[in-house]
Amino acid sequence: MNVIVCVKQIPDPAQPGELDPSDNTLKRDGKLILDESDSYGVEMALQLVGTAGGGEVSLVSMAPNGEVSGLRTALAMGAAKAVLVSDPELAGSDALTTAKVLAEASKRLGDADLIIAGTESSDGYTGTVPEQMAELLGLPSITFAKTVTVDGETLKVERQTEAGYDEVTSTLPAVVSVTAGVVEPRYPSFKGIMAAKSKPVDTVTAADLGVTPVGWAGAGQQIVDVASAPEREAGEVIEDEGEAHLKIVEFLDKLKVI
Amino acid sequence: MASNIWVFAQGADGAPTSATLELLAKARSLGDGVSAFVLGDAADIAAALGDHGATKVYATGDLGGSLPGAAVASAMKAVIDGGDTPDIIMFPQNYEGRDVVARLSVKLDKPVLTNNTEIEVDGDQVKVTTPVFGGTQLVTTTFTGGGPYLVAFRPKSFVAEAAGGGAPEVVEAPVPDLGATGGATVQAVHVEEHSGPKLDEANIVVSGGRGLGEAGKYEMIETLAKALKGAPGASRAIVDAGWVPYSYQVGQTGKVVKPAVYIAAGISGATQHMVGMKGSKNIIAINKDKEAPIFGVADLGVVGDVHKVLPKLIEALQAR
Repeated sequence: MNVIVCVKQIPDPAQPGELDPSDNTLKRDGKLILDESDSYGVEMALQLVGTAGGGEVSLVSMAPNGEVSGLRTALAMGAAKAVLVSDPELAGSDALTTAKVLAEASKRLGDADLIIAGTESSDGYTGTVPEQMAELLGLPSITFAKTVTVDGETLKVERQTEAGYDEVTSTLPAVVSVTAGVVEPRYPSFKGIMAAKSKPVDTVTAADLGVTPVGWAGAGQQIVDVASAPEREAGEVIEDEGEAHLKIVEFLDKLKVI
Repeated sequence: MASNIWVFAQGADGAPTSATLELLAKARSLGDGVSAFVLGDAADIAAALGDHGATKVYATGDLGGSLPGAAVASAMKAVIDGGDTPDIIMFPQNYEGRDVVARLSVKLDKPVLTNNTEIEVDGDQVKVTTPVFGGTQLVTTTFTGGGPYLVAFRPKSFVAEAAGGGAPEVVEAPVPDLGATGGATVQAVHVEEHSGPKLDEANIVVSGGRGLGEAGKYEMIETLAKALKGAPGASRAIVDAGWVPYSYQVGQTGKVVKPAVYIAAGISGATQHMVGMKGSKNIIAINKDKEAPIFGVADLGVVGDVHKVLPKLIEALQAR
């Protein structure tokens, strides 16, 4: 079974995010890391291929620069190869353009049985790319998967819903978006990290894939204003010395909710 | 003014969902011709949709187990191809809304803007506002090409209000043959029972986080919520850790809540969580780290150990 995982390299979420004042998009020029929400997809793909007893996990990713450190993390976990669409023209691309680029990039990897993506990235969180890719590729899709198994030619998924979860089956190939916490991503071993350095990363441009226009030119949207939101004022902060619960009761009493 | 606005509509238990009614209220303020596009059968909810301002209701009918993304988007595309072209289509930012708007964006080759909390029509420009960085900054974006403009809104961005409209015209919008894209079907539905009021409708919400230390301690949150006739909630950290089901999660990828009182116990206040609860009228936070970001938005902050404060609080409330 061959599985493609869409991964995103994002600015380290531990660092405060910042908008570039020249074009109001998220600054992505520093060091990029593997989006944690994609590590679940990589892990799930590795497990599915392991269970199937054959095949491999491939990655597709896109970045406005040639950054590969996040991809190397996923390769070190056990993915076999990657296609990186690296192109300065991609800066400013919207979700639809991103989906077009990733759909075309995935075709370079040949026929896959399954394409896995995270539910939403941790930096842009538009959350539409997996479903858009599925439509572009003419495939069924199941979003918000919390378990994924393959039984012969049938995909079985438990899909989160507002009220609980649905059991969903699908034909293959298909696109699945997985939620965080579905599996425990493995830590790359030393051997894996060393091996990742020589795994193939096919670097292409958007034009190589035939997707034009991209970036600002392809985005049907433009940021016109960025403003600070009204601040919520912090109230009283007290240290608990054994009586803080009374203060809470008093507060609730004043609001007439008890 | 826009003259043709669609709202993606859903029903539950014989009534339109609150997200549907919120969007209808906003749609009315943007223009006159408001249509509701219903996932499923409209018989039960058409009158209520009309009362909230929809003059026309399209309904896909029963989806027969198909997931809504490809099915509803195809039905919408068929209506648009048939000659009814909306200026704007408004979606709720939920599972179904997000899947449908994504599929439709490809079918129409139009961009989609998600996570919005406001929309404004300025001449022939449509502008939407999205909070970023945990709601500290507001980004306003406009579409540069032609419509239909596809926009998704976070729950509770607008206030639902009946308009006293009459019965709408109901038009069938059947799902065309989906081919391979219709390969995914729902086999069984599981509902996780929640005791007390629903999380996103409760007047009081009590949420627990990693600071509780272990799964077993979540019981304190449920007991406190019950004592306050509120709903228990959770941070993403403890949902990911498997302590409570996903349906308890408050935050960007969970539910957005705006109760009269929100109590955060053992929650530090990650951006992901704050987005889901910052709109609460009053916030009480209990956390042992006095530097925790949650104190920056709390009306009453208690720097202390939840294992000490919560039992005493529960006892005091139960004694009343």
